[in-house]
Amino acid sequence: MNSGTVGDYQTKITLETFGFLPKLTAEEVQKQIAYIIANGWSPAIEHEHPSNSMDHYWTMWKLPFFGETNMGNVLAELEACRRSYPDHHIRLIGYDAYTQTQGSCFVVYEA
Amino acid sequence: MSSSKAYEAGVKEYRDKYWTPDYVPLDTDLLACFKVTGQPGVPNEEVAAAVAAESSTGTWSTVWSELLTDLEFYKGRAYRIEDVPGDSESFYTFIAYPIDLFEEGSVVNVLTSLVGNVFGFKALKHLRLEDIRFPIAYIKTCGGPPAGIQVERDRLNKYGRPMLGATIKPKLGLSAKNYGRAVYECLRGGLDLTKDDENVNSQPFMRWRDRFEFVAEAIDKAERETGERKGHYLNVTASTPEEMYKRAEFAKEVGCPIIMHDFLTGGFTANTGLANWCRDNGMLLHIHRAMHAVIDRHPKHGIHFRVLAKCLRLSGGDHLHTGTVVGKLEGDRNSTLGFVDQLRESFVPEDRSRGVFFDQDWGSMPGVFAVASGGIHVWHMPALVTIFGDDSVLQFGGGTQGHPWGNAAGAAANRVALEACVKARNEGRNLEAESNDIMTQAAKSSSELAIAMETWKEIKFEFETVDKLDV
Repeated sequence: MNSGTVGDYQTKITLETFGFLPKLTAEEVQKQIAYIIANGWSPAIEHEHPSNSMDHYWTMWKLPFFGETNMGNVLAELEACRRSYPDHHIRLIGYDAYTQTQGSCFVVYEA
Repeated sequence: MSSSKAYEAGVKEYRDKYWTPDYVPLDTDLLACFKVTGQPGVPNEEVAAAVAAESSTGTWSTVWSELLTDLEFYKGRAYRIEDVPGDSESFYTFIAYPIDLFEEGSVVNVLTSLVGNVFGFKALKHLRLEDIRFPIAYIKTCGGPPAGIQVERDRLNKYGRPMLGATIKPKLGLSAKNYGRAVYECLRGGLDLTKDDENVNSQPFMRWRDRFEFVAEAIDKAERETGERKGHYLNVTASTPEEMYKRAEFAKEVGCPIIMHDFLTGGFTANTGLANWCRDNGMLLHIHRAMHAVIDRHPKHGIHFRVLAKCLRLSGGDHLHTGTVVGKLEGDRNSTLGFVDQLRESFVPEDRSRGVFFDQDWGSMPGVFAVASGGIHVWHMPALVTIFGDDSVLQFGGGTQGHPWGNAAGAAANRVALEACVKARNEGRNLEAESNDIMTQAAKSSSELAIAMETWKEIKFEFETVDKLDV
Protein backbone atom coordinates (compact mmCIF):
# COMPACT_ATOMS: atom_id res chain seq x y z
CA MET A 1 0.00 0.00 0.00
CA ASN A 2 2.66 2.51 0.99
CA SER A 3 5.05 1.66 -1.77
CA GLY A 4 5.51 4.22 -4.51
CA THR A 5 4.00 7.69 -4.08
CA VAL A 6 0.61 6.87 -2.60
CA GLY A 7 0.15 9.12 0.44
CA ASP A 8 2.88 11.52 -0.63
CA TYR A 9 1.21 14.85 -1.20
CA GLN A 10 3.36 17.04 -3.42
CA THR A 11 3.00 20.80 -3.01
CA LYS A 12 1.75 22.55 -6.12
CA ILE A 13 1.71 26.10 -7.44
CA THR A 14 -2.04 26.59 -7.58
CA LEU A 15 -2.76 30.31 -8.19
CA GLU A 16 -5.95 30.55 -6.10
CA THR A 17 -9.55 29.78 -7.22
CA PHE A 18 -9.95 26.61 -9.35
CA GLY A 19 -6.23 25.93 -8.95
CA PHE A 20 -7.07 22.49 -7.54
CA LEU A 21 -9.34 21.41 -10.39
CA PRO A 22 -8.23 19.84 -13.65
CA LYS A 23 -7.66 22.52 -16.28
CA LEU A 24 -11.07 23.82 -17.34
CA THR A 25 -12.19 22.77 -20.82
CA ALA A 26 -13.28 25.41 -23.32
CA GLU A 27 -16.89 24.55 -22.59
CA GLU A 28 -16.34 24.89 -18.84
CA VAL A 29 -14.67 28.28 -19.28
CA GLN A 30 -17.69 29.39 -21.30
CA LYS A 31 -20.02 28.42 -18.46
CA GLN A 32 -18.01 30.54 -16.04
CA ILE A 33 -18.15 33.49 -18.44
CA ALA A 34 -21.91 33.02 -18.64
CA TYR A 35 -22.03 33.14 -14.82
CA ILE A 36 -20.09 36.42 -14.80
CA ILE A 37 -22.39 37.96 -17.39
CA ALA A 38 -25.54 36.68 -15.67
CA ASN A 39 -24.47 38.39 -12.45
CA GLY A 40 -24.10 41.71 -14.24
CA TRP A 41 -20.37 41.83 -13.57
CA SER A 42 -17.84 43.25 -16.00
CA PRO A 43 -15.46 40.73 -17.55
CA ALA A 44 -11.81 41.76 -17.23
CA ILE A 45 -8.58 40.07 -18.26
CA GLU A 46 -5.19 40.33 -16.57
CA HIS A 47 -1.86 38.68 -17.36
CA GLU A 48 1.51 38.41 -15.65
CA HIS A 49 4.82 36.63 -15.90
CA PRO A 50 4.94 33.67 -13.49
CA SER A 51 7.85 35.22 -11.61
CA ASN A 52 5.52 38.03 -10.47
CA SER A 53 2.38 35.97 -9.90
CA MET A 54 2.22 36.82 -6.17
CA ASP A 55 1.84 40.55 -6.90
CA HIS A 56 -1.56 42.07 -6.16
CA TYR A 57 -1.50 43.83 -9.51
CA TRP A 58 -1.19 41.88 -12.70
CA THR A 59 -1.05 43.81 -15.95
CA MET A 60 -4.47 44.57 -17.43
CA TRP A 61 -5.24 43.37 -20.93
CA LYS A 62 -6.87 46.53 -22.29
CA LEU A 63 -9.53 48.06 -20.05
CA PRO A 64 -12.14 45.96 -18.24
CA PHE A 65 -14.92 45.10 -20.69
CA PHE A 66 -17.60 47.21 -19.05
CA GLY A 67 -21.08 46.24 -20.13
CA GLU A 68 -19.89 43.34 -22.30
CA THR A 69 -22.54 40.64 -22.49
CA ASN A 70 -21.31 38.74 -25.52
CA MET A 71 -19.47 35.59 -24.55
CA GLY A 72 -17.77 35.31 -27.93
CA ASN A 73 -16.14 38.71 -27.51
CA VAL A 74 -14.74 37.71 -24.12
CA LEU A 75 -13.34 34.47 -25.55
CA ALA A 76 -11.78 36.37 -28.44
CA GLU A 77 -10.06 38.78 -26.03
CA LEU A 78 -8.72 35.86 -23.97
CA GLU A 79 -7.25 34.36 -27.14
CA ALA A 80 -5.78 37.68 -28.26
CA CYS A 81 -4.17 38.15 -24.86
CA ARG A 82 -2.72 34.67 -25.01
CA ARG A 83 -1.25 35.24 -28.47
CA SER A 84 0.43 38.42 -27.25
CA TYR A 85 1.72 36.96 -23.99
CA PRO A 86 2.24 33.21 -24.47
CA ASP A 87 4.64 33.04 -21.53
CA HIS A 88 2.26 34.74 -19.06
CA HIS A 89 -0.47 33.49 -16.73
CA ILE A 90 -3.84 34.86 -17.86
CA ARG A 91 -6.80 35.27 -15.54
CA LEU A 92 -10.42 36.16 -16.11
CA ILE A 93 -12.21 38.38 -13.61
CA GLY A 94 -15.87 39.13 -13.05
CA TYR A 95 -15.66 42.62 -11.63
CA ASP A 96 -18.48 43.72 -9.32
CA ALA A 97 -18.62 47.52 -9.21
CA TYR A 98 -21.38 47.52 -6.58
CA THR A 99 -19.25 45.88 -3.90
CA GLN A 100 -15.91 46.93 -5.49
CA THR A 101 -14.66 43.39 -5.50
CA GLN A 102 -14.19 40.49 -7.87
CA GLY A 103 -17.22 38.19 -7.82
CA SER A 104 -15.19 35.71 -9.82
CA CYS A 105 -11.50 35.32 -10.63
CA PHE A 106 -9.62 32.33 -11.99
CA VAL A 107 -6.60 31.57 -14.14
CA VAL A 108 -7.65 30.45 -17.62
CA TYR A 109 -4.18 29.88 -19.04
CA GLU A 110 -1.11 28.95 -17.05
CA ALA A 111 2.22 29.74 -18.63
CA MET B 1 -45.75 69.74 31.78
CA SER B 2 -43.24 67.95 33.96
CA SER B 3 -42.10 71.18 35.54
CA SER B 4 -45.48 71.63 37.17
CA LYS B 5 -45.66 68.10 38.58
CA ALA B 6 -45.65 67.68 42.36
CA TYR B 7 -43.57 65.01 44.08
CA GLU B 8 -45.54 62.04 45.37
CA ALA B 9 -43.47 59.53 47.29
CA GLY B 10 -44.37 55.84 47.10
CA VAL B 11 -44.53 52.92 44.73
CA LYS B 12 -46.45 53.23 41.48
CA GLU B 13 -47.33 50.63 38.93
CA TYR B 14 -44.72 50.55 36.20
CA ARG B 15 -47.35 50.61 33.49
CA ASP B 16 -48.54 54.08 34.49
CA LYS B 17 -45.37 55.53 33.10
CA TYR B 18 -43.63 52.89 30.96
CA TRP B 19 -46.46 51.19 28.98
CA THR B 20 -47.20 53.47 26.02
CA PRO B 21 -49.08 51.54 23.33
CA ASP B 22 -49.69 54.72 21.30
CA TYR B 23 -46.01 55.55 21.00
CA VAL B 24 -44.56 55.70 17.48
CA PRO B 25 -40.82 54.89 17.67
CA LEU B 26 -38.41 57.50 16.33
CA ASP B 27 -35.80 56.69 13.67
CA THR B 28 -33.17 57.50 16.28
CA ASP B 29 -34.61 55.20 18.96
CA LEU B 30 -32.83 52.00 19.83
CA LEU B 31 -35.49 49.29 19.70
CA ALA B 32 -35.41 45.97 21.52
CA CYS B 33 -37.56 42.87 21.44
CA PHE B 34 -37.63 40.70 24.56
CA LYS B 35 -39.30 37.35 25.02
CA VAL B 36 -40.83 37.65 28.48
CA THR B 37 -42.13 34.95 30.80
CA GLY B 38 -43.73 36.61 33.84
CA GLN B 39 -44.59 35.16 37.20
CA PRO B 40 -48.19 33.91 37.32
CA GLY B 41 -50.82 36.57 38.00
CA VAL B 42 -48.91 39.64 36.81
CA PRO B 43 -50.57 41.33 33.80
CA ASN B 44 -48.46 41.31 30.63
CA GLU B 45 -48.55 45.12 30.30
CA GLU B 46 -47.17 45.51 33.80
CA VAL B 47 -44.37 43.03 33.17
CA ALA B 48 -43.50 44.69 29.86
CA ALA B 49 -43.45 48.10 31.51
CA ALA B 50 -41.25 46.77 34.30
CA VAL B 51 -38.72 45.52 31.74
CA ALA B 52 -38.74 48.93 30.02
CA ALA B 53 -38.31 50.75 33.33
CA GLU B 54 -35.61 48.57 34.82
CA SER B 55 -33.56 48.59 31.61
CA SER B 56 -33.72 52.38 31.34
CA THR B 57 -34.52 55.09 33.86
CA GLY B 58 -36.77 53.43 36.41
CA THR B 59 -36.39 51.97 39.83
CA TRP B 60 -38.94 50.34 42.15
CA SER B 61 -39.85 53.53 44.03
CA THR B 62 -40.42 57.06 42.89
CA VAL B 63 -37.59 59.37 43.97
CA TRP B 64 -37.70 63.16 44.31
CA SER B 65 -34.69 63.68 42.06
CA GLU B 66 -36.68 62.40 39.06
CA LEU B 67 -38.29 65.81 39.01
CA LEU B 68 -34.93 67.52 38.43
CA THR B 69 -34.95 66.21 34.86
CA ASP B 70 -37.41 65.50 32.08
CA LEU B 71 -37.86 61.76 32.43
CA GLU B 72 -40.39 61.76 29.61
CA PHE B 73 -37.40 62.48 27.35
CA TYR B 74 -35.13 59.77 28.76
CA LYS B 75 -37.40 56.87 29.69
CA GLY B 76 -37.64 53.59 27.79
CA ARG B 77 -41.13 52.74 26.59
CA ALA B 78 -42.84 49.40 26.14
CA TYR B 79 -44.89 50.14 23.03
CA ARG B 80 -46.12 46.73 21.87
CA ILE B 81 -46.74 43.23 23.13
CA GLU B 82 -47.29 40.18 20.96
CA ASP B 83 -48.05 36.52 21.53
CA VAL B 84 -45.24 34.05 21.01
CA PRO B 85 -46.49 31.48 18.46
CA GLY B 86 -47.00 28.08 20.06
CA ASP B 87 -46.24 29.32 23.58
CA SER B 88 -49.05 30.37 25.96
CA GLU B 89 -46.69 31.19 28.81
CA SER B 90 -44.47 33.83 27.18
CA PHE B 91 -44.96 36.96 25.11
CA TYR B 92 -42.82 39.41 23.14
CA THR B 93 -42.49 42.97 24.27
CA PHE B 94 -41.06 45.74 22.13
CA ILE B 95 -39.28 48.58 23.87
CA ALA B 96 -38.03 51.89 22.49
CA TYR B 97 -35.04 53.59 24.11
CA PRO B 98 -34.03 57.19 23.34
CA ILE B 99 -30.56 57.26 21.77
CA ASP B 100 -29.23 59.59 24.48
CA LEU B 101 -29.49 56.80 27.06
CA PHE B 102 -26.34 55.31 25.55
CA GLU B 103 -22.73 56.40 25.26
CA GLU B 104 -21.63 56.72 21.65
CA GLY B 105 -19.65 53.79 20.22
CA SER B 106 -20.16 51.58 23.26
CA VAL B 107 -21.93 48.26 22.89
CA VAL B 108 -20.69 47.74 26.44
CA ASN B 109 -22.97 50.53 27.62
CA VAL B 110 -25.92 49.30 25.54
CA LEU B 111 -25.68 45.79 26.94
CA THR B 112 -25.15 46.96 30.51
CA SER B 113 -28.49 48.74 30.25
CA LEU B 114 -30.50 46.24 28.26
CA VAL B 115 -29.33 43.01 29.84
CA GLY B 116 -28.32 44.32 33.26
CA ASN B 117 -30.35 44.16 36.47
CA VAL B 118 -33.57 43.47 34.62
CA PHE B 119 -32.55 39.84 33.98
CA GLY B 120 -32.60 39.12 37.70
CA PHE B 121 -35.92 40.78 38.27
CA LYS B 122 -38.13 38.70 40.59
CA ALA B 123 -41.37 39.47 38.73
CA LEU B 124 -39.92 37.59 35.76
CA LYS B 125 -39.50 33.88 35.45
CA HIS B 126 -37.46 34.13 32.25
CA LEU B 127 -36.29 36.90 29.99
CA ARG B 128 -34.61 36.72 26.61
CA LEU B 129 -33.30 39.57 24.50
CA GLU B 130 -34.34 38.47 21.00
CA ASP B 131 -33.21 41.38 18.84
CA ILE B 132 -32.01 44.98 18.88
CA ARG B 133 -32.61 47.56 16.14
CA PHE B 134 -29.62 49.87 16.29
CA PRO B 135 -30.47 53.24 14.74
CA ILE B 136 -28.12 54.25 11.94
CA ALA B 137 -27.22 57.33 14.00
CA TYR B 138 -25.77 55.01 16.64
CA ILE B 139 -24.08 52.69 14.15
CA LYS B 140 -22.14 55.66 12.76
CA THR B 141 -20.54 56.10 16.20
CA CYS B 142 -19.08 52.57 16.22
CA GLY B 143 -15.79 51.52 14.60
CA GLY B 144 -16.95 48.16 13.29
CA PRO B 145 -14.78 45.60 11.49
CA PRO B 146 -11.12 46.62 11.23
CA ALA B 147 -11.01 45.72 7.52
CA GLY B 148 -14.25 44.12 6.38
CA ILE B 149 -14.99 41.52 3.72
CA GLN B 150 -13.99 43.54 0.67
CA VAL B 151 -10.64 44.70 2.06
CA GLU B 152 -9.79 41.24 3.38
CA ARG B 153 -10.43 39.69 -0.03
CA ASP B 154 -8.10 42.22 -1.61
CA ARG B 155 -5.35 41.70 0.96
CA LEU B 156 -5.51 37.90 0.77
CA ASN B 157 -6.29 37.70 -2.95
CA LYS B 158 -9.28 35.36 -2.44
CA TYR B 159 -12.15 35.90 -4.87
CA GLY B 160 -15.26 34.15 -6.03
CA ARG B 161 -15.37 31.46 -3.38
CA PRO B 162 -15.52 30.86 0.38
CA MET B 163 -12.15 30.78 2.10
CA LEU B 164 -10.98 27.47 3.51
CA GLY B 165 -9.55 27.00 6.99
CA ALA B 166 -8.86 24.58 9.81
CA THR B 167 -8.32 24.71 13.52
CA ILE B 168 -5.05 23.03 14.43
CA LYS B 169 -5.48 19.77 16.37
CA PRO B 170 -4.90 18.42 18.92
CA LYS B 171 -6.20 21.63 20.40
CA LEU B 172 -3.82 21.49 23.36
CA GLY B 173 -0.50 19.85 24.05
CA LEU B 174 1.67 20.36 20.96
CA SER B 175 5.06 22.04 21.21
CA ALA B 176 5.52 25.19 19.12
CA LYS B 177 7.64 23.46 16.50
CA ASN B 178 5.21 20.57 16.09
CA TYR B 179 2.33 23.04 15.96
CA GLY B 180 4.03 25.01 13.19
CA ARG B 181 4.51 21.75 11.29
CA ALA B 182 0.76 21.07 11.45
CA VAL B 183 0.09 24.61 10.17
CA TYR B 184 2.58 24.27 7.31
CA GLU B 185 1.12 20.94 6.20
CA CYS B 186 -2.42 22.37 6.12
CA LEU B 187 -1.39 25.47 4.20
CA ARG B 188 0.79 23.75 1.62
CA GLY B 189 -2.07 21.33 0.95
CA GLY B 190 -4.43 24.11 -0.09
CA LEU B 191 -6.02 25.76 2.93
CA ASP B 192 -6.06 29.55 2.93
CA LEU B 193 -6.05 29.97 6.68
CA THR B 194 -5.42 27.99 9.82
CA LYS B 195 -6.50 28.84 13.34
CA ASP B 196 -5.42 28.61 16.93
CA ASP B 197 -8.03 26.83 18.97
CA GLU B 198 -9.80 29.15 21.40
CA ASN B 199 -8.09 27.76 24.45
CA VAL B 200 -4.62 28.03 22.95
CA ASN B 201 -3.21 31.10 24.69
CA SER B 202 0.21 30.66 26.29
CA GLN B 203 0.44 27.42 28.20
CA PRO B 204 3.53 25.72 29.61
CA PHE B 205 3.77 23.27 26.69
CA MET B 206 3.75 26.08 24.08
CA ARG B 207 4.39 29.71 24.99
CA TRP B 208 2.84 32.26 22.69
CA ARG B 209 6.07 33.79 21.40
CA ASP B 210 7.45 30.45 20.26
CA ARG B 211 4.19 29.62 18.55
CA PHE B 212 4.08 32.92 16.69
CA GLU B 213 7.62 32.47 15.35
CA PHE B 214 7.16 28.92 14.08
CA VAL B 215 3.75 29.69 12.59
CA ALA B 216 5.16 32.72 10.78
CA GLU B 217 7.79 30.49 9.16
CA ALA B 218 5.10 27.98 8.19
CA ILE B 219 3.03 30.68 6.48
CA ASP B 220 6.02 32.11 4.65
CA LYS B 221 7.16 28.75 3.34
CA ALA B 222 3.67 27.71 2.25
CA GLU B 223 3.18 31.00 0.39
CA ARG B 224 6.45 30.62 -1.49
CA GLU B 225 5.69 27.04 -2.47
CA THR B 226 2.06 27.44 -3.54
CA GLY B 227 2.01 30.93 -5.04
CA GLU B 228 -1.02 31.70 -2.88
CA ARG B 229 -1.54 34.00 0.08
CA LYS B 230 -1.89 32.29 3.44
CA GLY B 231 -2.58 33.19 7.05
CA HIS B 232 -3.02 31.79 10.53
CA TYR B 233 -5.21 33.34 13.24
CA LEU B 234 -2.77 33.91 16.09
CA ASN B 235 -4.88 33.98 19.23
CA VAL B 236 -3.95 37.04 21.29
CA THR B 237 -6.71 36.56 23.87
CA ALA B 238 -4.93 37.05 27.19
CA SER B 239 -5.48 37.68 30.86
CA THR B 240 -4.94 41.45 30.62
CA PRO B 241 -5.29 44.05 27.86
CA GLU B 242 -1.59 44.88 28.20
CA GLU B 243 -0.61 41.28 27.49
CA MET B 244 -3.10 41.11 24.61
CA TYR B 245 -1.59 44.15 22.90
CA LYS B 246 1.95 42.86 23.45
CA ARG B 247 1.07 39.65 21.60
CA ALA B 248 -0.75 41.56 18.87
CA GLU B 249 2.31 43.73 18.27
CA PHE B 250 4.51 40.65 17.92
CA ALA B 251 2.08 38.99 15.50
CA LYS B 252 2.41 42.07 13.34
CA GLU B 253 6.18 42.06 13.71
CA VAL B 254 6.51 38.48 12.44
CA GLY B 255 4.34 39.35 9.44
CA CYS B 256 1.15 37.40 10.16
CA PRO B 257 -1.81 39.10 8.43
CA ILE B 258 -4.46 38.14 10.99
CA ILE B 259 -4.93 37.73 14.75
CA MET B 260 -7.73 36.31 16.82
CA HIS B 261 -9.78 37.18 19.89
CA ASP B 262 -12.52 35.57 21.96
CA PHE B 263 -15.05 38.36 22.28
CA LEU B 264 -17.25 36.98 25.06
CA THR B 265 -14.69 35.55 27.47
CA GLY B 266 -12.33 38.46 26.68
CA GLY B 267 -15.18 40.94 26.86
CA PHE B 268 -16.49 43.70 24.62
CA THR B 269 -14.15 46.35 26.05
CA ALA B 270 -11.08 44.29 25.16
CA ASN B 271 -12.61 43.41 21.80
CA THR B 272 -13.37 46.98 20.80
CA GLY B 273 -9.90 48.10 21.83
CA LEU B 274 -8.27 45.30 19.87
CA ALA B 275 -10.41 46.04 16.80
CA ASN B 276 -9.26 49.66 16.92
CA TRP B 277 -5.66 48.49 17.21
CA CYS B 278 -6.12 46.20 14.19
CA ARG B 279 -7.57 49.05 12.13
CA ASP B 280 -4.57 51.24 13.01
CA ASN B 281 -2.07 48.48 12.26
CA GLY B 282 -3.45 46.90 9.09
CA MET B 283 -4.25 43.59 10.78
CA LEU B 284 -7.29 41.38 10.21
CA LEU B 285 -9.26 40.16 13.24
CA HIS B 286 -10.84 36.73 13.60
CA ILE B 287 -13.43 36.41 16.36
CA HIS B 288 -14.22 33.26 18.26
CA ARG B 289 -17.34 32.96 20.43
CA ALA B 290 -16.52 30.74 23.42
CA MET B 291 -19.27 31.00 26.08
CA HIS B 292 -21.97 31.98 23.60
CA ALA B 293 -24.08 28.86 24.14
CA VAL B 294 -24.24 29.64 27.87
CA ILE B 295 -25.90 32.93 26.94
CA ASP B 296 -27.89 32.09 23.82
CA ARG B 297 -29.01 28.47 23.81
CA HIS B 298 -31.95 28.52 26.23
CA PRO B 299 -35.05 29.42 24.19
CA LYS B 300 -36.58 31.51 27.00
CA HIS B 301 -33.69 33.08 28.82
CA GLY B 302 -30.54 34.97 27.92
CA ILE B 303 -29.57 36.75 24.71
CA HIS B 304 -30.15 35.41 21.23
CA PHE B 305 -26.96 35.03 19.19
CA ARG B 306 -28.29 37.44 16.56
CA VAL B 307 -27.91 40.19 19.17
CA LEU B 308 -24.39 39.11 20.06
CA ALA B 309 -23.54 39.00 16.36
CA LYS B 310 -24.86 42.52 15.81
CA CYS B 311 -22.91 43.76 18.82
CA LEU B 312 -19.74 42.12 17.50
CA ARG B 313 -20.12 43.80 14.10
CA LEU B 314 -20.33 47.13 15.94
CA SER B 315 -17.48 46.35 18.34
CA GLY B 316 -15.29 45.11 15.50
CA GLY B 317 -14.19 41.83 13.92
CA ASP B 318 -13.55 40.62 10.38
CA HIS B 319 -14.68 37.01 10.96
CA LEU B 320 -17.25 35.62 13.38
CA HIS B 321 -18.19 32.02 14.09
CA THR B 322 -21.83 31.35 13.28
CA GLY B 323 -22.14 27.58 13.58
CA THR B 324 -22.43 25.27 10.61
CA VAL B 325 -26.10 24.14 10.64
CA VAL B 326 -24.91 20.71 9.45
CA GLY B 327 -22.00 19.85 11.77
CA LYS B 328 -21.61 18.76 15.37
CA LEU B 329 -22.80 22.02 16.98
CA GLU B 330 -26.31 23.38 17.48
CA GLY B 331 -27.81 25.70 14.84
CA ASP B 332 -31.19 26.12 13.19
CA ARG B 333 -30.86 26.84 9.45
CA ASN B 334 -33.24 29.78 9.09
CA SER B 335 -32.12 31.37 12.32
CA THR B 336 -28.49 31.04 11.24
CA LEU B 337 -29.24 32.62 7.86
CA GLY B 338 -30.92 35.45 9.75
CA PHE B 339 -27.87 36.43 11.75
CA VAL B 340 -25.43 35.71 8.92
CA ASP B 341 -27.29 38.47 7.03
CA GLN B 342 -26.74 40.81 9.98
CA LEU B 343 -23.00 40.24 9.67
CA ARG B 344 -22.66 40.79 5.94
CA GLU B 345 -25.44 42.92 4.46
CA SER B 346 -25.88 46.69 4.42
CA PHE B 347 -29.64 46.42 5.00
CA VAL B 348 -31.60 43.54 6.51
CA PRO B 349 -35.41 43.71 6.40
CA GLU B 350 -37.64 42.35 9.16
CA ASP B 351 -38.30 38.65 8.53
CA ARG B 352 -39.87 36.63 11.31
CA SER B 353 -39.26 33.39 9.40
CA ARG B 354 -35.55 34.04 10.05
CA GLY B 355 -36.01 35.45 13.54
CA VAL B 356 -35.36 39.01 12.39
CA PHE B 357 -37.67 41.31 14.37
CA PHE B 358 -36.67 44.69 12.92
CA ASP B 359 -35.45 46.31 9.75
CA GLN B 360 -31.75 46.95 10.30
CA ASP B 361 -29.85 49.56 8.34
CA TRP B 362 -26.07 49.07 8.63
CA GLY B 363 -25.19 51.99 6.40
CA SER B 364 -21.58 51.88 5.26
CA MET B 365 -20.34 49.62 8.05
CA PRO B 366 -18.07 46.93 6.56
CA GLY B 367 -19.22 43.31 6.57
CA VAL B 368 -17.97 40.37 8.61
CA PHE B 369 -17.14 36.94 7.14
CA ALA B 370 -19.35 34.19 8.57
CA VAL B 371 -17.23 31.31 9.87
CA ALA B 372 -18.64 27.78 9.77
CA SER B 373 -16.61 25.48 11.95
CA GLY B 374 -17.20 22.39 14.06
CA GLY B 375 -17.60 18.77 13.02
CA ILE B 376 -17.76 19.26 9.27
CA HIS B 377 -16.13 17.20 6.54
CA VAL B 378 -16.03 16.95 2.76
CA TRP B 379 -19.49 15.45 2.45
CA HIS B 380 -20.92 18.64 3.99
CA MET B 381 -19.30 20.86 1.36
CA PRO B 382 -22.26 21.16 -1.06
CA ALA B 383 -24.61 22.15 1.78
CA LEU B 384 -22.09 24.57 3.28
CA VAL B 385 -21.48 26.38 0.01
CA THR B 386 -25.24 26.64 -0.49
CA ILE B 387 -26.00 27.88 3.02
CA PHE B 388 -23.09 30.25 3.56
CA GLY B 389 -22.23 31.45 0.04
CA ASP B 390 -18.93 33.04 -0.92
CA ASP B 391 -18.49 35.48 1.97
CA SER B 392 -17.64 32.80 4.48
CA VAL B 393 -14.77 30.80 5.90
CA LEU B 394 -15.38 27.05 6.00
CA GLN B 395 -13.19 25.42 8.62
CA PHE B 396 -12.51 21.71 8.70
CA GLY B 397 -10.36 20.74 11.70
CA GLY B 398 -10.76 17.01 12.17
CA GLY B 399 -12.03 16.97 8.58
CA THR B 400 -8.58 18.05 7.37
CA GLN B 401 -6.16 16.63 9.89
CA GLY B 402 -7.99 13.33 10.28
CA HIS B 403 -7.24 12.39 6.67
CA PRO B 404 -5.46 9.01 6.43
CA TRP B 405 -2.55 10.64 4.55
CA GLY B 406 -2.22 13.64 6.84
CA ASN B 407 -2.92 17.36 6.85
CA ALA B 408 -1.72 18.31 3.37
CA ALA B 409 -3.76 15.60 1.68
CA GLY B 410 -6.75 16.44 3.88
CA ALA B 411 -6.44 20.10 2.93
CA ALA B 412 -6.21 19.23 -0.77
CA ALA B 413 -9.31 17.03 -0.50
CA ASN B 414 -11.30 19.90 0.98
CA ARG B 415 -9.98 22.40 -1.53
CA VAL B 416 -10.90 20.16 -4.47
CA ALA B 417 -14.38 19.61 -3.00
CA LEU B 418 -14.85 23.34 -2.40
CA GLU B 419 -13.78 24.34 -5.90
CA ALA B 420 -15.87 21.60 -7.49
CA CYS B 421 -18.91 22.91 -5.61
CA VAL B 422 -18.25 26.54 -6.53
CA LYS B 423 -17.72 25.62 -10.17
CA ALA B 424 -20.92 23.55 -10.25
CA ARG B 425 -22.91 26.31 -8.55
CA ASN B 426 -21.66 28.83 -11.10
CA GLU B 427 -22.75 26.44 -13.85
CA GLY B 428 -26.27 26.63 -12.41
CA ARG B 429 -26.38 23.21 -10.80
CA ASN B 430 -28.25 22.50 -7.55
CA LEU B 431 -25.51 21.57 -5.10
CA GLU B 432 -27.62 19.93 -2.44
CA ALA B 433 -29.73 17.89 -4.85
CA GLU B 434 -26.75 16.82 -6.96
CA SER B 435 -24.16 16.57 -4.21
CA ASN B 436 -23.36 12.90 -4.73
CA ASP B 437 -22.76 13.36 -8.42
CA ILE B 438 -20.68 16.52 -8.04
CA MET B 439 -18.49 15.04 -5.31
CA THR B 440 -18.01 11.70 -7.04
CA GLN B 441 -17.03 13.44 -10.25
CA ALA B 442 -14.54 15.67 -8.40
CA ALA B 443 -12.95 12.67 -6.69
CA LYS B 444 -12.03 11.20 -10.06
CA SER B 445 -9.22 13.72 -10.39
CA SER B 446 -8.19 13.68 -6.73
CA SER B 447 -7.22 10.54 -4.85
CA GLU B 448 -7.00 12.72 -1.73
CA LEU B 449 -10.68 13.55 -2.04
CA ALA B 450 -11.65 9.96 -2.85
CA ILE B 451 -10.02 8.72 0.36
CA ALA B 452 -11.59 11.53 2.40
CA MET B 453 -15.04 10.67 1.08
CA GLU B 454 -14.52 7.05 2.00
CA THR B 455 -13.26 7.95 5.49
CA TRP B 456 -16.20 10.15 6.49
CA LYS B 457 -19.07 8.73 4.45
CA GLU B 458 -21.13 7.54 7.43
CA ILE B 459 -20.56 10.46 9.78
CA LYS B 460 -23.58 12.64 10.44
CA PHE B 461 -24.74 14.68 13.41
CA GLU B 462 -28.50 14.34 13.50
CA PHE B 463 -29.92 15.70 16.72
CA GLU B 464 -32.94 17.91 17.31
CA THR B 465 -32.17 21.61 17.61
CA VAL B 466 -32.76 22.85 21.17
CA ASP B 467 -33.25 26.52 20.30
CA LYS B 468 -35.77 26.59 17.46
CA LEU B 469 -37.44 29.65 16.00
CA ASP B 470 -40.93 30.38 17.38
CA VAL B 471 -43.25 29.51 14.51
